[in-house]
Amino acid sequence: MEKLKFILFFAGLCCFAIAGILSAVLPLSHLSHIPYQKLDQLVTEPSYDFLDLGRRYPEQMKKYYGEATAASFREALKIGRDSYIAEACWHCHSQFVRPVSNEDVRFGKVSWAAEYMNEMFLPHLFGTRRVGPDLIREAGRHSNDWHAAHFFDPPLVVPSSVMPRYTWFFDGEKPNKRGLAMIAYVQWLGSWATPEALARKEQSSAAR
Amino acid sequence: MTPVASPAMPVELPGRKLVDRPIVKAHFIAAFVFFFASLFSGLFYALQLSRIYPFPGVELLSPGRLRMIHTNAIAYGFLMNAFIAMMYWIVPRITGEPVLNRKLSWFVFWAWQAIVGVAALGILKGHAQGIEWGETPTYVDPVVLVGGAFLAANIATPILKVRHKPLYVTLWYFAAMLVWLPLTYAMGNFVPQYFVPGAGGAAITGLFIHDLVGLTVTPLGWGMVYYLVPVILKKPIWSHTLSLAGFWGLAFFYPLNGVHHFFWSPIPMYAQYGAVMSTIAVEIVVFTVIVNFFMTLRGRGDALRTELPIRWFYSGMVMYFLTCLQCAFQTTLTVQKVIHFSDWVVGHAHLVMFGVFGSWILGALVYVWPKVIGKPWWSERLNVWNWWLATMGIMVMFIDLMAAGLVQGYLWQNLAPWEQSLIASMPFWHVRTVAGIAIISGQLLQAFNMWMTARAPAVEPTSLAGAEPALT
Repeated sequence: MEKLKFILFFAGLCCFAIAGILSAVLPLSHLSHIPYQKLDQLVTEPSYDFLDLGRRYPEQMKKYYGEATAASFREALKIGRDSYIAEACWHCHSQFVRPVSNEDVRFGKVSWAAEYMNEMFLPHLFGTRRVGPDLIREAGRHSNDWHAAHFFDPPLVVPSSVMPRYTWFFDGEKPNKRGLAMIAYVQWLGSWATPEALARKEQSSAAR
Repeated sequence: MTPVASPAMPVELPGRKLVDRPIVKAHFIAAFVFFFASLFSGLFYALQLSRIYPFPGVELLSPGRLRMIHTNAIAYGFLMNAFIAMMYWIVPRITGEPVLNRKLSWFVFWAWQAIVGVAALGILKGHAQGIEWGETPTYVDPVVLVGGAFLAANIATPILKVRHKPLYVTLWYFAAMLVWLPLTYAMGNFVPQYFVPGAGGAAITGLFIHDLVGLTVTPLGWGMVYYLVPVILKKPIWSHTLSLAGFWGLAFFYPLNGVHHFFWSPIPMYAQYGAVMSTIAVEIVVFTVIVNFFMTLRGRGDALRTELPIRWFYSGMVMYFLTCLQCAFQTTLTVQKVIHFSDWVVGHAHLVMFGVFGSWILGALVYVWPKVIGKPWWSERLNVWNWWLATMGIMVMFIDLMAAGLVQGYLWQNLAPWEQSLIASMPFWHVRTVAGIAIISGQLLQAFNMWMTARAPAVEPTSLAGAEPALT
């Protein structure tokens, strides 16, 4: 028991492996039946909000993304996700709704594993702290204008907000490449789980 | 002191030739540089929450980015540098063997500072990775593994040379840590980033967060304290057997806790139930260690007053006990409903990282710095001031954030408008800022004292009060 080799092998490797199997490999195998989606399988058309951004900021949209197509929307989603990570948004906003603490009333449908099985959640952005509210059901909750004003100076729309200003998302007063991407990304989060989207899904599965 | 045969007493050999003092000194200085980077980033972030941020609208000083500097500089800059310094001090003394190569030590030193420095700059530039405690940019990650391998080779060499002797528990912790660190780092930084999305990735990041604390920082901390406490008190640890029970408990139970960072998430529930039980089981480990150390102190309680390092170690242990006791309750799914996502967890994290491991490192610093420099402390009083400021600061911060967490959690549960939770948090956040300033002031005094000690005129060896035999 007190030999170094035994310590290195059993404590160093075996205990680490046991934990890895029990708390990672086992749950992973449990989730493995859910198909993984690449971004181009997941997103096949530009969202309403992305098109709306093109109408509100036509020059900016033209300059940074050209036409508002599925391809440019996917590009915007990626840039938005990367900026969300770079600015550590996920340190103050979570991205999952728990089945407790009245969160389904406040935010919407409780999170389920399959909605995270795609390229946009690699890495997952669950988060562990909420200074601001959860964002996984943010789609359509506010208008694009609200988001633009909010990123520019949050207390303009939420007086007690402690969120920093993100003025570098803007050329002057209009959202730039990152600004458009951030708004598109936040407006996309949970677009598959709005009451309308869920009702459509139920209808189509009933029709089948 | 003559080497003692008992496995419960670390053998302390004269360290003059064995220990490379300049490298210990260099690592402590680097640790303090990153300590201040972290402390001030934390302060700025706290000022943002108090709505008096001094640099609004400056991209490179965005509070979100500074928050990542706060955690990464403390883990990889402060804690790791200080623990590496102490391994260079301790391992050659217990084993009687020098490290593999002193040039390699310096190479690892500069490589490590470059890694932490580049990671910090990368984070400020917006290259952060989206993994908690692993925000080091993806291009830094492979270099960390190479640096870690060199460090392991350097420090494992003397440990591997010890044959046919019972190993003191400090070496158990250090040796196992050298295996755990690269495994943990590789798992956490690569798997959720490139291979496993969503809930499965969250299970692995949870494992990473917990292994980083439980299998890297904790074994380094306990290994260090298991060596320094008996050496300073000049008596063996109370029970060798109990210390080994603690080691195996840590090795087995700590890594099983990972999923407890994402309770009530879409991770399969059995993994969450498992994490609840193994987290409560960690209490066994905690009790073995705490009982062992307090029984060792029995009859020498006066050392808490007379020996400042001992005071740092034991105040840290009290906070360790508090943190872990808190952990056993907050890990239950019932308590999680209220406190998860709130400042409660932030208070818990500060108590562990600063209250426990910060205290132990500062205790080690108070003990080692004069020996490395070869001169007594410039001011004993400033050291004591830091103990008071740090201990009181962290206790105020901990209690304040715990209370804030309860307020936030219940407001959320009661469906109060979100803004209400911000308004209610504001007084707590102001108190936290003040507590943080107290902590920072203490560390500034400590750094000033280190500086003045180093530049004081050299003293005659005979006038060195309390000098250890190894110095003469």
